[in-house]
Amino acid sequence: MNAIKIVLAGQPNVGKSMLINAMSSSNSLKVGNFSGVTVEKTEICFEHHCHKLEMVDLPGTYSIRGYSQEEKVAHNYLLNEEYDVIINVLDSTHLQRNLLLTLELLKLNKKMILALNMADEAKKEGIEIDVAQIEAITGVPTVLVSASTGEGVDELLERVHDIADSHRRVSSNILYSNPIEEEILKLSKFFNERGFTLRDLSSREIAIRILFEDKDLYRELHEEPIMIELQPQIVASLEHIYTHHETKNINDVKANEYIAIAKGIRMETVKCSRQKNKKTPTKKIDDILINKYMGVPIFLFLMWGLFQLTFELGAIPMEWIDAGFGAFGEIVGSVIPHEATRSLIVDGIIAGVGSVMLFLPNIIILYIGIALLETTGYMSRVAFLLDGFFHKFGLHGKSFIPLVTGFGCTVPAYMSTRTLKSEKDRLITLFILGFMSCGAKLPVYVLFTGAFFGPEQAGNILFVIYIAGAMLGLVMAKALRVFVFKGEDEPFVMEMPKYRMPSLKLIWHTVYNKAKSYIKKAGTFILAASMLIWFASAYPKQPLLGEKYDIQIEQAGENKKLVSKLENQLKLEELEASYLGQLGKFSEPFFSPLGFDWKMAVALETGLAAKEVVVSTLGVLYAVGDDVDEESNSLIAQLKANVSFASAMAFIVFVMIYLPCLAASMVFAKEAGGYKYLFYLFVFTTVTAWVFAFITYRILIKIL
Amino acid sequence: MKLSELKKDDKAVIIKIDTDDMMKSRLVSFGVAKGIELSVEAYSLANKTIEILVDDTLIGLRSDEADQIEVEKI
Repeated sequence: MNAIKIVLAGQPNVGKSMLINAMSSSNSLKVGNFSGVTVEKTEICFEHHCHKLEMVDLPGTYSIRGYSQEEKVAHNYLLNEEYDVIINVLDSTHLQRNLLLTLELLKLNKKMILALNMADEAKKEGIEIDVAQIEAITGVPTVLVSASTGEGVDELLERVHDIADSHRRVSSNILYSNPIEEEILKLSKFFNERGFTLRDLSSREIAIRILFEDKDLYRELHEEPIMIELQPQIVASLEHIYTHHETKNINDVKANEYIAIAKGIRMETVKCSRQKNKKTPTKKIDDILINKYMGVPIFLFLMWGLFQLTFELGAIPMEWIDAGFGAFGEIVGSVIPHEATRSLIVDGIIAGVGSVMLFLPNIIILYIGIALLETTGYMSRVAFLLDGFFHKFGLHGKSFIPLVTGFGCTVPAYMSTRTLKSEKDRLITLFILGFMSCGAKLPVYVLFTGAFFGPEQAGNILFVIYIAGAMLGLVMAKALRVFVFKGEDEPFVMEMPKYRMPSLKLIWHTVYNKAKSYIKKAGTFILAASMLIWFASAYPKQPLLGEKYDIQIEQAGENKKLVSKLENQLKLEELEASYLGQLGKFSEPFFSPLGFDWKMAVALETGLAAKEVVVSTLGVLYAVGDDVDEESNSLIAQLKANVSFASAMAFIVFVMIYLPCLAASMVFAKEAGGYKYLFYLFVFTTVTAWVFAFITYRILIKIL
Repeated sequence: MKLSELKKDDKAVIIKIDTDDMMKSRLVSFGVAKGIELSVEAYSLANKTIEILVDDTLIGLRSDEADQIEVEKI
């Protein structure tokens, strides 16, 4: 059996991704309640009735005329790719607006099914839809479904099979306004008389396309001899239409017609028992959340609460994980006799991976928070509230969405900049996204704030770090707008989706997938990096150095204090002579004005691979060279003893600003349009990071 | 009058949209076009953005854009 290739198209916030989830009962897709969650088309395969179904989830588009980057993705796909069936997903509670896209899709002349999603919600709101009537008008099979309750999903799959097997296309019964219908009739009669055909189009379809100035069709007709006779007819027809519509712009005419048709279909098929003027729950919530004066403070409070929660609540399981890995390392260490192997496993792998796993609870809480913002519909409100503010900095209110996503992970944040239409807005947003501290930077902050501030302070400091990063990003955006990317900015037109109760299932899956990929990263990438760092810190071996100290230690004999001092000195010198030490020493002059020792320099360099590695590197480096207090092995105590407050703060600032991880950098290069931009980003972030870390360090040194 | 001159909770009908084709087609895909009824739901601080309700859909607009939409109060 051949696979059926299905394309899901629909406006944003109609639940396309969720419907795919319901159809395939897989949960690998991310679903959010604002436009732009699905930025790249997502493909998924599964079997139904022994047919393999291939699904392509296109980004939500209000229109397929290609307004923003992601709409172009959808447009190009629908026009140029091979597929069998389009499932046009509509929001049952906003049928009229959704039908506008359906009308455009009908023009594609492909096999299509309408899936009226959110049927359960519509029922609750007292909306009754006459499905048979919609089918009769559009000529397209129509199914009421609900992705959240699973209602109608089986029927939808059945209809997909039916239509994929059939070869007949039912023509639609959509009628335009009288003047246009008259002209359609005239033109199609003309085609019929001449026996003119084009592709598989009916003469009515050709007539409609000609009247609405379909550029592709004109290109095809250009070569046809019939054009000579046709031309005066078209001119006359358009003249007639223009007088009736009081405009000479065919796009305006088309818009009016489409809206009238969509309205007509809704009036004929939808019965609404809800009273018109009753306040909807969304309206009531909006009265509070986007209140002119309360809106912004409420938003700031929510963000502050999220960071408090991340720190306070996350601290509890952190202790268990820390203790767990410590005990595990000791047990494993005691059973491995071979010294180098033991060192690799305990000091390298367990210390490195453990220090990253430690932050899993924080990351889970942060992702729950962001998922809540996304799925409830609050995110778009924030864009609305903050657009005025953002606009001052040369950004777009919609930039807010990538920026907040950036607090989670910079990779999807880079991708979600595609919702921005203007290339300049996009580039500016891309360049400053790194300033929004991603989840992977959190471990570094938690570590340092934990070491240098009391537990009651740490949550606030964390909030300050995030806000400071965001502020710096805004200032940089303005600078970029003024000096580099000058020009017009994109208008702000945005749907404010209905508030929806966050589905627990959905949030669980989003967070579960994030946590899984974090653990996977810890188990693979970080594991490898830890081994590499361990190797670089343990080799090349220094036999001469060892011999020299062995003699001294032997001479010290009974003097235990001296012996342990000598042993530690040996470790430190060995470390400094290692590959890692050499790298650190080499780059130390660059970092020393910021108060960083060579270990911190190395941590920053390895952090270019992934920010979690900063912590694991510090873990490895300070675990091997514990030259201060043998009693305490915790990294926090080590940092406290080895790093000054001013250097620590400068370190936080540097981490906050400098280049994001390797994966993000690759995505950046792709989204910005070339590696040359990545080079600019590297220079831009490194210089900024250095300057700000320098200022921080110098000021703190003066004060303290 | 301009859309941006309406007050919160005012209702109006769109008479003319005076923008480029790109913007117009975007507005149309949201259901905003000549002859359509709307109501003003909210303003953000300093009236920088305005939220309107069109056919059960809430739409956020920047005041610059709202300036380009001509309406008649009802």
